[in-house]
Amino acid sequence: MATAHSRVAARFMISPAVLLLLGWMIVPLSMTIYFSFLSYNLLMPGMEEFIGFTNYRFFLTDPAFFAALANTLLLVGGVLVITIVGGTALALLLDQPFWGQGIVRILVIAPFFVMPTVSALVWKNMFMNPVNGLFAHLAKAIGLEPFDFLAHAPLASIILIVAWQWLPFATLILLTALQSLDQEQLEASEMDGANFGNRFIYIVLPHMARAITVVVLIQTIFLLSVFAEILVTTNGGPGYASTNITYLVYAQSLLQFDVGGGSAGGIVAVILANIVAVFLMRMIGKNLEA
Amino acid sequence: MGKISLKNVTKAFGEAMVIPSLDLEIEDGEFVVFVGPSGCGKSTLLRLIAGLEDVTSGVIEIDGRDATEVPPARRGLAMVFQSYALYPHMSVRKNIAFPLKMAKMDAAEQERRVTSAAKILNLTDYLDRRPGQLSGGQRQRVAIGRAIVREPAAFLFDEPLSNLDAALRVNMRLEISELHQSLATTMIYVTHDQVEAMTMADKIVVLHAGRIEQVGSPLDLYRSPANRFVAGFIGSPKMNFISGAEAGKHGAHTIGIRPEHLALSTTEGAWQGKVAVAEHLGSDTFLYVNVNGMDPLTVRTQGEAGIHHGDTVYISPDAEHLHRFDASGKTI
Amino acid sequence: MARRVSNRRKTLVTIVAWAVGIAIFFPILWTILTSFKTEAEAIASPPKFLFFDWTLENYAEVNSRSNYFLHFMNSVIISVGSTLLGLAIAIPAAWSMAFVPGKRTKDVLMWMLSTKMLPPVGVLIPIYLLFRDSGLLDTRLGLVIVLTLINLPIIVWMLFTYFKEIPGEILEAARMDGAGLWEEVVHVLTPMAVPGIASTLLLNIILAWNEAFWTLNLTAAKAAPLTAFIASYSSPEGLFYAKLSAASTLAIAPILVLGWFSQKQLVRGLTFGAVK
Ligand SMILES: Nc1ncnc2c1ncn2[C@@H]1O[C@H](COP(=O)(O)OP(=O)(O)O)[C@@H](O)[C@H]1O
Ligand SMILES: [Mg+2]
Repeated sequence: MATAHSRVAARFMISPAVLLLLGWMIVPLSMTIYFSFLSYNLLMPGMEEFIGFTNYRFFLTDPAFFAALANTLLLVGGVLVITIVGGTALALLLDQPFWGQGIVRILVIAPFFVMPTVSALVWKNMFMNPVNGLFAHLAKAIGLEPFDFLAHAPLASIILIVAWQWLPFATLILLTALQSLDQEQLEASEMDGANFGNRFIYIVLPHMARAITVVVLIQTIFLLSVFAEILVTTNGGPGYASTNITYLVYAQSLLQFDVGGGSAGGIVAVILANIVAVFLMRMIGKNLEA
Repeated sequence: MGKISLKNVTKAFGEAMVIPSLDLEIEDGEFVVFVGPSGCGKSTLLRLIAGLEDVTSGVIEIDGRDATEVPPARRGLAMVFQSYALYPHMSVRKNIAFPLKMAKMDAAEQERRVTSAAKILNLTDYLDRRPGQLSGGQRQRVAIGRAIVREPAAFLFDEPLSNLDAALRVNMRLEISELHQSLATTMIYVTHDQVEAMTMADKIVVLHAGRIEQVGSPLDLYRSPANRFVAGFIGSPKMNFISGAEAGKHGAHTIGIRPEHLALSTTEGAWQGKVAVAEHLGSDTFLYVNVNGMDPLTVRTQGEAGIHHGDTVYISPDAEHLHRFDASGKTI
Repeated sequence: MARRVSNRRKTLVTIVAWAVGIAIFFPILWTILTSFKTEAEAIASPPKFLFFDWTLENYAEVNSRSNYFLHFMNSVIISVGSTLLGLAIAIPAAWSMAFVPGKRTKDVLMWMLSTKMLPPVGVLIPIYLLFRDSGLLDTRLGLVIVLTLINLPIIVWMLFTYFKEIPGEILEAARMDGAGLWEEVVHVLTPMAVPGIASTLLLNIILAWNEAFWTLNLTAAKAAPLTAFIASYSSPEGLFYAKLSAASTLAIAPILVLGWFSQKQLVRGLTFGAVK
C-alpha cells in the first residue's frame, strides 16, 4: 500500500531509531568482547595485553561463578513459580464479581510501581530486620525467636522481595487474558456438565497458556538482571550466598576493577539471556502475524 | 478539466500480476464506473490513478500531462473512500476544510467554500460535530464534501455506498448522480454492484482479473455484451446460458438469453419444464424452471403470474434477443 | 457478560479479595504510615498502627538534610527527558513500520526487541568507560541518553501496536487532500494517536523513573535520581525508619498515581502487544 515516494520517506524516518539502536548494541558489545580477551585492570592503566580465553577460563572455573549461576537459576525459578501460581490464583479471584473490584485491583498492582531500591530497603529494614522489623515483632509476640532473614536466608529473602514486585505484573497480565475468555464458552462447558475443576483445566488454563508463556519469558529477561535489590540488601553476601551473575559481573568490574574478567562474565550473561530471548522472540513473532 | 488516459499500465504486487497491460481513455466530464467481481483489481486501478500506488509500467496522463510520477496531492484529484476515512479528531467543518488548509487557502475563502459545500450536502446543521456523532449517510456526505471543496479535476469513488443500508444506498446513488449533473466534473466510480453501474454510469468499464472485458454505455453492454463474462455480469437476474445441442441449432457453442426475454405459456412453447421455485414480487414474478437437458432457467414475467411450484410450463426464447458465444466465450 | 451470582458468594469473595489486596499492599501502606511517625514510634514494640502522634517532621527533615528536592528533580528530568526524546525518535519509526511495511519490517521490529534483551552487564564496562572518558558520568544528560536507548524498543513497539489500529485509508485521504509527509504526521496521525502516545509516554516515564541498574552505576551525587539516592539509605540511615519511609513515600507516590492511571496500557506495553 505504498508508493516509491513513501517508501523512501519511510526509510528516512526509521533510520534514526535503527542507527541509534545499532550503535547501542554493536559499539559497546564489541568493546566488551574485545576487553574480555585482555588482561585489563582499571587500577593498572597502560598494562593491557592480549591473553586469549584466559578470562573466560578463570570466570567459568571460579567457584563464585557456579554459586552465582545456581543463585541466578534459583532466583529466576523461585520468583517465576511464586508469581505464576500466585498470579493465576489472584487473577481467578479478581475475575469474580465482588464489591470494590476497582480498588482491590489498584492495591494489588501497586507493588509493581515501587522502585526496586525502595522496595528492597523497606523489606530489609522495616520487615526483615531482626531487631526492629515487623516480622521480629510478630515472632516475639507469639513467643518465637526473631529470625535474621538476610543473614541466614539471604537468597530466599531476595526471592520474596522480588516476587512481591513481580506478582502484580503476572496477575495483571493473567487477569487480562482471563477476561478475554469468551463467557459463552464457559457456559457451554457448564451445559456440557463440566464442574469448576474441569472448566479450569480444560478451558481456562489452555486459554491462558499463551499469556503464561509471555509472563514467564518477559519476567525471565528482567529477572536475569536483578541488581538493585541485591546491592541494597546483602551486597551479594554473606560470601556469595546471594550473588547472581549480574551482581558478580558488577562486583568484578566496578569493585575489583578487573575489566577483562568482568567483560568475560558480561559476555557469558549475554549468551545466557540470548537463550531465553530466542524463545520469547518466537512467541512474539508469531503474534505479529496474527 | 479532467481527461485521464492510461497507456499500457501494468501493476504487479511482487510476483502477483494484478493488472496486465491496460489502456483506457476517460473523457472530461464523464461518469465512468469500474465494475467487476471482488478482487478483480478495481481498487488497485483507482489507486493507480490516484497515485496512492506506483504503476509497475506504463503511463498515466491527466489532461494531456504525464502524471505517472506526480505524487497524489498534486494530481488534482479527490477521492472518497469506502470507509469514508474521515479525520475522527476534527469537526465536520475542519474535515471539509482540511484540503483547503493544506493548500494554504485564506480563511475567508475556506469558510465560503465549506459553507457552500455544506449547503449542497445538507450538512449545515452538523458542521461542529465530530464524525463519530454522525450517521453513516452523513459521514458519506462529509467525505464527499471534503472532495468537492477542492474543485478537483476528477472525483474518485471506491465503493462509497457499500457500508450503507439498502434504502440509504438508493438515496445516495441519486445524490451522487445529481452532484455529477450539477458539477459536470469527471467521476470515476468503483463498485462490484452492477445495478449501481447501470444506474449511474455514462460509461461502464467491466473488469475481470485485471483485464478490461468491455467498455461502453450501460445499454450497449446490456444489448451487445462482448463476451459471456460481460453478458453474465450485467443484468439482473442473470442471463441464462445454454450449451450443447440447443446451442448447436443456432450455430454457437453457447447461447445466452436474459430471463426477461423468455416468453412463458401454460400450453405451448419451445421447451417444456417444471417450476422449482416461484418468487412473487408483485411487480414481477421470477420462476426457476427445470427443463430436461439444460441447467435450470430463470424466467421473468411481469405482474402476478398465477404459477406455482410444481406447475408445468412452456418457455420460448425471443430470437431477437438471443446471444451467441463461441467456445472461448466471445460473442459471435 | 456478568454472570448471576448469589449474594452470599459475592460477600465471601469480597472478604477474601480485600484481605489479599490489603496484604499485598501492606508494605506500601506501612511505609506511608511510618513516614508520619516519630523515629521512636517507628520502632516501638508492639508496633503502632494508626494511634500515634501524626507528624510531618520527617518530610521536612529529609529535604533539609539531603537536598531531596535535587534528586527528585533529577528523577523528573531524566525520566521525562528520556521519554520525550524516545518518542521523538520512535514516532517516525513506528509510522514507517505501521503504514509503509516492507519485506523486512518484521525483522526490524524483532531485532529492536532483541536489543532490549541484551543484559545490561554485557555492556556495563564499555558504557562506564565511555562515559568516564567523555565526562558523562554522573550527569543527567548521560542518563537521559542511556535510558532513551534502553527504552526505545518498548516505545517503538507500543506505538507500532497503536498505529496499526489506525486505518491506513485515513492517511491516504490526507495524502489525497494535499498533505505532505510532515502534515500527514502532524495534523492527522499524531492527533489520532494521542491516546496511544499518551499511554506510551506514561508507561515509559514509570519505567525510566524506576530504572535501577544504570542509575545506580552511572551516577554518584550530582545527577543521582531517587533510585540512587534512596540506595544511599542502605546503611546506616536505613535504621531511621521514619525518615526512610518519608523519603520512600515521596519517591514512589508520583509513580503510583501515574501507574494507576495507566494500568490498562501497562499490559500491552510490557508484553510488546502480545497480550491486550
Ligand atoms: N498491497 C497489496 N499487496 C498484494 N496484493 C494486493 C495488494 N492490494 C491488492 N492486492 C491484490 O490485488 C488483487 C486486486 O485487489 P483489489 O484491487 O483490491 O480488488 P477489488 O477492489 O476489485 O476488489 C487482489 O487479488 C488482491 O489480493
Ligand atoms: Mg476494492
